[in-house]
Amino acid sequence: MTTPRASAATVIALVAIVAALFVLPWIAGRYPIYLVMHILILAVFSLGFNLLFGYTGLLSFGQAGFFAVGAYGCAKILLVVPNLVLGIAGGVALAGIAALLLGALSVRHTRIYFSMLTLAFGMVIYSIAWKWRDFTGGDDGLVGIPRAALEIPGLLSISVSAIERYYYVVVVIALVAIFVMHRLVHSPLGLALQAIRDSETRAAFAGLAVRKYRLVAFTIAGVYAGLAGALLPPLENTVTPPIAHWTTSAEPVLATLLGGIHSFAGPIVGSVLFFVIKDVIVRFTEYWLIWFGVIVVALVMGFPEGVMSVFTRRRRSARRQPAGTASQST
Amino acid sequence: MDLFAIEDVTKRFADFTALDRLTLKLPARRLTAIIGPNGAGKTTLINVATGALFADAGEVHFKGEAITRVPVHDRVRRGLSRSFQIMNVFARLSVLENILVPVLARQGRSSGAFHPVAREAEAAQEARAILQEIGLIEQQDTPAGVLSHGDQRLLELGIAVAPRPELCFLDEPSSGLTSVERAAVLALIRKLSAEQRTTFVIVEHDMDAVFALADWIVVLNRGQLLAEGTPAEIRENRDVREIYLGEEALP
Repeated sequence: MTTPRASAATVIALVAIVAALFVLPWIAGRYPIYLVMHILILAVFSLGFNLLFGYTGLLSFGQAGFFAVGAYGCAKILLVVPNLVLGIAGGVALAGIAALLLGALSVRHTRIYFSMLTLAFGMVIYSIAWKWRDFTGGDDGLVGIPRAALEIPGLLSISVSAIERYYYVVVVIALVAIFVMHRLVHSPLGLALQAIRDSETRAAFAGLAVRKYRLVAFTIAGVYAGLAGALLPPLENTVTPPIAHWTTSAEPVLATLLGGIHSFAGPIVGSVLFFVIKDVIVRFTEYWLIWFGVIVVALVMGFPEGVMSVFTRRRRSARRQPAGTASQST
Repeated sequence: MDLFAIEDVTKRFADFTALDRLTLKLPARRLTAIIGPNGAGKTTLINVATGALFADAGEVHFKGEAITRVPVHDRVRRGLSRSFQIMNVFARLSVLENILVPVLARQGRSSGAFHPVAREAEAAQEARAILQEIGLIEQQDTPAGVLSHGDQRLLELGIAVAPRPELCFLDEPSSGLTSVERAAVLALIRKLSAEQRTTFVIVEHDMDAVFALADWIVVLNRGQLLAEGTPAEIRENRDVREIYLGEEALP
């Protein structure tokens, strides 16, 4: 079955990672906190992307569009109503609506046609961010976005203006997003999406309304991209059009390929690798992109199914006991 | 009332007419075999019947209702199913999951997003019963893609019957199998046909299998109905002998 039984070692490792995330502001300076926030934002972005790619078999090159809708939506709300809950929820909702609308057109196609269509839609959103100066600030973007209080009127009001406090907002939201995605991919819906990935024709003849399920996956991926985008403006206090560019869409693609598309943790591990490699390289050379490319190529060639494939392979062979065989690691 | 009927159906691919104003009626509980030379329109007939292709003209009826433009998944829900000539299993999913997908879809439980598949005990029990029936229970945790060709054929059959169809088309179910595997698959079809409420229609090139298995044989040629009848009638049919099978080909 698709639900993996977590080993004691896995549980201990997860508890240690979560504990480390919570104590980090006490033991580390601002830069590591800043770096971890970016890793978590990319992890959320990549998890959504991989629901579409690794689990449903649809390669989208336009996720930056939804990332930008989430970011600009959150930024615009915060500039008018300084309430972080409203800003993030609004950004996510707008990204979800955009994904639902564009998904309805995109999921009619598959393979390269789907990829090109999503690339085109993503670049349309980039153009809007660039050209609609009155709303988006054009190439200047939106600036002075407040790190507003976490506020639910009559219930709670917590100031998160200090980056250490906002860090906890990002950590909690990212952990919840990871948990929800884990539940989702191991649910009957997740199984249906994987069936569609393996054979859309057979899935239809198994009784699945393939297009409907693809649209659900596309919308959820858009919501995750929007959530990741909405976490950015309060962190950076600014939003500019390059976040909608296709090169931003390439980031979750790279992170997921680095970590592994057939492992749930692949996009998360890939996000860590993405930023760690980038962070190390920029310390030594301004031509970091060239070296980054070389390392990514080497890693992808060395681990064609991502670095997590080392662990999933090991787990699979451990499970291959005399009486039975391995179950798929998803 | 016939279980299934196509009336005056035409299907063209550019200049080639795969089905040419074909009319065919299939009653319930009769194991029918469709035979014919390559290009006769056998697979196109299955595709039009099951919704993989829509007819250019004519009507398709199932249980008295017109389903000519009904999409595939809806036809499956109404009780139509099929297997494929070219192997078509969910390669990265386990054998059990391959059966769970259609079982959950039939139960309307495929959309559940927040509970693990493992909690679908009823569906799992039903899926395991199907695996027991087709002889793959021992391999339930094996990824389907690494099964032998013969076992994948059995799994194909399992996926096809998992929606509990009233009518199931099997496209060359013994294709590529050894004689032992072929005998096992055909015996399974006979058993399922006898035990279940499913009416099977098979397309098969193995004439020994067809004449041993089928209650009724439909012969297509160039998209048209050449003949239909019991195996004995088809064996004696002069048109079939001369135009399609050849004297030596009949068992």
